[in-house]
Amino acid sequence: MPFIPAAQPRPRFGLGLRRPHYQDFLSGGVPVDFVEVISENFMVAGGRPREILRRVRADYPVALHGVSMSVGSADGLRGDYLARLRALVDEIQPCIVSDHLCWTRYGAHNSHDLLPLPYTAETLDVVCTNIARAQDALGRRMLIENPSSYVAFSHDEMSEWDFLAAVVARSGCGLLLDVNNIHVSAVNHGFSAADYLAAMPYEAVEQIHLAGHAQGRHGLIDTHDQAVPDPVWALLRLALARAPYAAVMIERDDNIPPLPELLAELDVARAIAMEELASCA
Amino acid sequence: MRLSALQSAFLDWLADGDEDGAQSLPLRRAAGLAIYQNNYRASLMACLVETYPQTMAWMGEADFRAAAAHHIDRIPPHSWTLDDYADGLPASLSAQFPNDREIGELARIELALSQAFVAADAMAMKPAQMAGLDWDAAWLKVIPALAILPLDTNAAEIWMALAEGQVPPVAQEQQKASAVLVWRQEEMCRLRRIDGDEAAMLTLLICGPVLFGQICEQAVARWGEEEGILAIGQWLARWIGDGLIAVTQA
Repeated sequence: MPFIPAAQPRPRFGLGLRRPHYQDFLSGGVPVDFVEVISENFMVAGGRPREILRRVRADYPVALHGVSMSVGSADGLRGDYLARLRALVDEIQPCIVSDHLCWTRYGAHNSHDLLPLPYTAETLDVVCTNIARAQDALGRRMLIENPSSYVAFSHDEMSEWDFLAAVVARSGCGLLLDVNNIHVSAVNHGFSAADYLAAMPYEAVEQIHLAGHAQGRHGLIDTHDQAVPDPVWALLRLALARAPYAAVMIERDDNIPPLPELLAELDVARAIAMEELASCA
Repeated sequence: MRLSALQSAFLDWLADGDEDGAQSLPLRRAAGLAIYQNNYRASLMACLVETYPQTMAWMGEADFRAAAAHHIDRIPPHSWTLDDYADGLPASLSAQFPNDREIGELARIELALSQAFVAADAMAMKPAQMAGLDWDAAWLKVIPALAILPLDTNAAEIWMALAEGQVPPVAQEQQKASAVLVWRQEEMCRLRRIDGDEAAMLTLLICGPVLFGQICEQAVARWGEEEGILAIGQWLARWIGDGLIAVTQA
């Protein structure tokens, strides 16, 4: 059964909580509405990581963003993973819980990478079954993020945007729209990012990710190690025109700059959001 | 191709990088496949480099990376958390360098430190609590963030020298049984060399809560009444001062 969307408005503008900035956030006063953490980094028994998160949570709403749930695994989700995530959710009371439309594990082996899915009816069944189990285990609605991808499958039966819309309709999950991922995949696979965005079920879009990427020998790579580039800002503007109240967050996982640099980027996002809100009025 | 078969074949290809395996995947656009192979190996290598900095410093970066790459070739990740991938490297290094036993032992020390860093929190007993305790009824247990590693070499001294930026000693075998104690106190991970006698007594507590009287009995049986009680008293004061003993049940 689909979950009812959260009634409360989401915190609007946030940054990823990364190690070089721990002290800034622990000192308080960083002008963000929320922070996002990689869930798995804090799904530990105890020690400093968990303590840091508790202390940051005292001052900021926290979004939990996972990379290992593997909602695309053909053999289902791991119960021990869900139990650990549920314990973290119960303690932290996050404003958002999300993971990716991908698979990372099959059987006993993990890849620790966000691997691509063929967009077929069979995959749709698997993904929706897994999301339903996760939402039941967590007792809340999840957001699913569109992936960046570097290959496409010969037996795809639908586009990624149609697949995502079907996942939302069947599972009742929300969407975390990563506009950098849309750009990366659009360039790599030769589709129109604008067409992709036009097809999104915006009533389900609760969060938007921004990031940078790199040019590799075999295409664009979702590296999160660069400033947000112009094509991605342009996609943010398109997305905010349809989802003006979505929470917006910048991901930076490598080549991490001083906090003021990221805050300045977040100000750009705020300005775009204000302009889009004004144009909606 | 069924999703289960595709995922099984994809993971096999990630692990071995076999060209025929890549050809068997039903891909419409395959040029980007190399990116996944690179991501897979890079994330596993990064995990090992981050977990074993002093082992890498001791071996030299090129030799460490070659040994780690050999490990990655043979052992795929098994857990939802990348951190767990570090678990298997000490055994792998011991197998690859059987004549340099300090390498595997250095890695075991670093693995224990990383595990202590995120082990479950516990309320450690404070020295000030000792006076008010009913020792006849006291059950003692150790904190979860503690490990005792038996060592055959001077790997602990090598690790400490490297961690402090000092010139490490030459590797050598230990003449007497000894061990290194690795634990977390507050948010800091610590280690210290202990002899075989202290390791034996502390190991009793690792197996579960033990009555203080039972520990004393073991010590008396080993070293006689006077020496046994004296040794336990000294060790217990040190253990409590180091934050190794969890709050006791009475």
